[in-house]
Amino acid sequence: MSGVHVQEPDGHFIARSRGALEDRNLQQALEKAGSGFVRKREAAIERVSNFEAMRERAMRARQKALKNLDVYLLHFEQKVKQAGGQIHWVETPEQMRETVVRLCHQYQARTVTKGKSMVGEEVELNEALEAAGIEPQETDLGEYVIQLAHERPSHIVAPALHKTKAQVQALFREHHFLGDRDLDQVEAIVDEARDVIRERFLQADVGITGANMLIAETGTAAIVTNEGNGDLTATLPKTHIVTTSIDKIVPTWQDASAVLRVLARSATGQDTTTYTTFFTGAKTDQDEDGPENFHIVLMDNGRTDILGTQYQEMLHCIRCGACMNHCPVYQAVGGHTYNSVYPGPMGAVLTPLLRHGKDDYQLPNASTFCGRCESVCPVKIPLPGLMRKLRDQEQREASRPKVSTLAIKLFCHLSRRPRLYRGLLSPAVTALHWLAGRRGRFRALPFMSGWTRHRDFTAPQGASFQAQWRRHKRSPRNG
Amino acid sequence: MPNRQSSSGPRVGLFVTCPVDLIRPSIGFATAKLLEQAGCSVQVPEQSCCGQVAFNNGLPEQTRALAWNIVQSFKDVEYVVTPSGSCGGMMQQHYPALFEQDPRKAKVEAFGKKVYELTSFLRDVLNFKPDTPNIDLSQQMVTYHDSCAGLRELGIKQQPRDLLKQCAHLEVTEMVDTDVCCGFGGTFCVKYSDVSNRMVGDKAQNIRQSGASMVLGGDLSCLLNIAGKLQREAEQTPGKPAVQVRHIAEVLAGDLSAPAIGEPRQAQGKTS
Repeated sequence: MSGVHVQEPDGHFIARSRGALEDRNLQQALEKAGSGFVRKREAAIERVSNFEAMRERAMRARQKALKNLDVYLLHFEQKVKQAGGQIHWVETPEQMRETVVRLCHQYQARTVTKGKSMVGEEVELNEALEAAGIEPQETDLGEYVIQLAHERPSHIVAPALHKTKAQVQALFREHHFLGDRDLDQVEAIVDEARDVIRERFLQADVGITGANMLIAETGTAAIVTNEGNGDLTATLPKTHIVTTSIDKIVPTWQDASAVLRVLARSATGQDTTTYTTFFTGAKTDQDEDGPENFHIVLMDNGRTDILGTQYQEMLHCIRCGACMNHCPVYQAVGGHTYNSVYPGPMGAVLTPLLRHGKDDYQLPNASTFCGRCESVCPVKIPLPGLMRKLRDQEQREASRPKVSTLAIKLFCHLSRRPRLYRGLLSPAVTALHWLAGRRGRFRALPFMSGWTRHRDFTAPQGASFQAQWRRHKRSPRNG
Repeated sequence: MPNRQSSSGPRVGLFVTCPVDLIRPSIGFATAKLLEQAGCSVQVPEQSCCGQVAFNNGLPEQTRALAWNIVQSFKDVEYVVTPSGSCGGMMQQHYPALFEQDPRKAKVEAFGKKVYELTSFLRDVLNFKPDTPNIDLSQQMVTYHDSCAGLRELGIKQQPRDLLKQCAHLEVTEMVDTDVCCGFGGTFCVKYSDVSNRMVGDKAQNIRQSGASMVLGGDLSCLLNIAGKLQREAEQTPGKPAVQVRHIAEVLAGDLSAPAIGEPRQAQGKTS
């Protein structure tokens, strides 16, 4: 008898994870990317003598920003306006979509180029632009690939991480009409993408980017890229729109520097990314270049609700992706299993807090609390602790308790009476011992099918330790 | 074995943990033996669960009730020593935080300061070095799994390796990814069994690829998970090399009389 499962939560994460584990392409892609990111980060950290000090500084910079976020946001707005830019405050994804579309119509944009923006993904901006008759053209290679494939990103730094080289080749052959050519080398794929994308930069009416940081001191938006696509997106068209969120604020350039020192090292193992660009306002007469129109759209979407709560540290996140690169669960099932723009450990905390989706509590439950994420987080977010708080919250909000919660409560009830615990459980485990016979283990156990489906279960040695200790004062019975 | 009540040595309360108590008491006896060898007097106060399973499943009230039981029960000992990084971490690190808003906070903090995982206690507190090793395993290839809580909450990495050298003449053969989670994670291993299976499968593969004939660790829950997987795989694909799974306490104490974890009663794992 397969028995009653201890708990099978609303299937979705579990069903998706099963599919992911069996997806050969995905597994091949994950294996390659995961080990690479881990090794490179480790090497980057070994090149500096004081990474721990850098982490501490970065965390303090983020803490400082959140402590007086309202002050810094208002200062930022003032500085942006002084520099000839405009700021739009939006609360919801709907409002962000509406604002960006309105701006694009204002500038009569037919095509817009896009640098990578996770906030843009969070609000599903491309769909809104397309519905409004505006063609969004992704310029980040990973975003370009998933745009061709009509998929969501699976990683916050490498959106197409789930695709193998062969899959990307197939996509390019299907969508680029460039005849017979050899796409076997990665360089060839990248070169082709670069050529295709370059065309787009020159035609676009509006460029939309995200921002890695917003520096309150001077009203500056900062982005880091390896492809330079962010720069071309922002500087070639006449209008630059930044889609971003209120938690990206850092107070000063010193604080920005503290974050930059840990960002690339944690994300890709580079000491710094190929391009780090700072955008301040619109082009003035003294400037050589710059957009004529500069707009920053600042979204809240639940972040204010996190401020001042026990989850505040989650807002420290600088979106480096190190946590998911080191998470054994993410590395087993990939980002799409999380069904969120923010997957992995940081997503397991942020997604339920922002989205309040019915199934979102599965994410903080899908963790062993191994702590590897926390140990690599460049801003020291206590991720397992935050996931545990979410589990507490889930339990309190539940209209009816899970079977597993009831079982655990029963076990606790028993454990509060150690004599009863001993009196009931020692005979029980002795019985299990005899049931296993000579084999010493079980191939199947009722109530434990989640375990025994894949593993044998070791049988107890006999009476419990405490029972034996009390009876024989420390010499174990044999057999 | 004589009941050494050393009045000058540290008074240790042994916290055995639920898995050891219920499934593998030989680890508890080995731990007691080691502590006495190191000059401690060992007691086993009335105990049950440290509450970690409740804590990790969003039940802080129930956890506090269990925690207070333990704090009270162990109030007369100088040290609380446990053969588990995860229960050790629970009591040392998480108990005080649980009582942050509670008038009993000071007592719980004082308790937390007394808590040690076994290998850390032997090395860092007692600087335990037996005159002669308890067992000679120098001819065996042995690898070591670093359990997550012990590693990350309590900083346990070097201590078991040093002790194995001193007590068993053993140089650990390191496997790849020793510090990657084995996939146990409490209720995770049954709730998310396919992902857990994948993680323990990777761990089993790393163990076999190291060439070791034995794998040790400091947490029985991890070892049950690993042993269960190794044994299921051995059955499904015969020809895979057999690997014994034991808790480090048993090896350090020189007591391999009990069959290795999950092995049949007939097989006596004496290797020295």
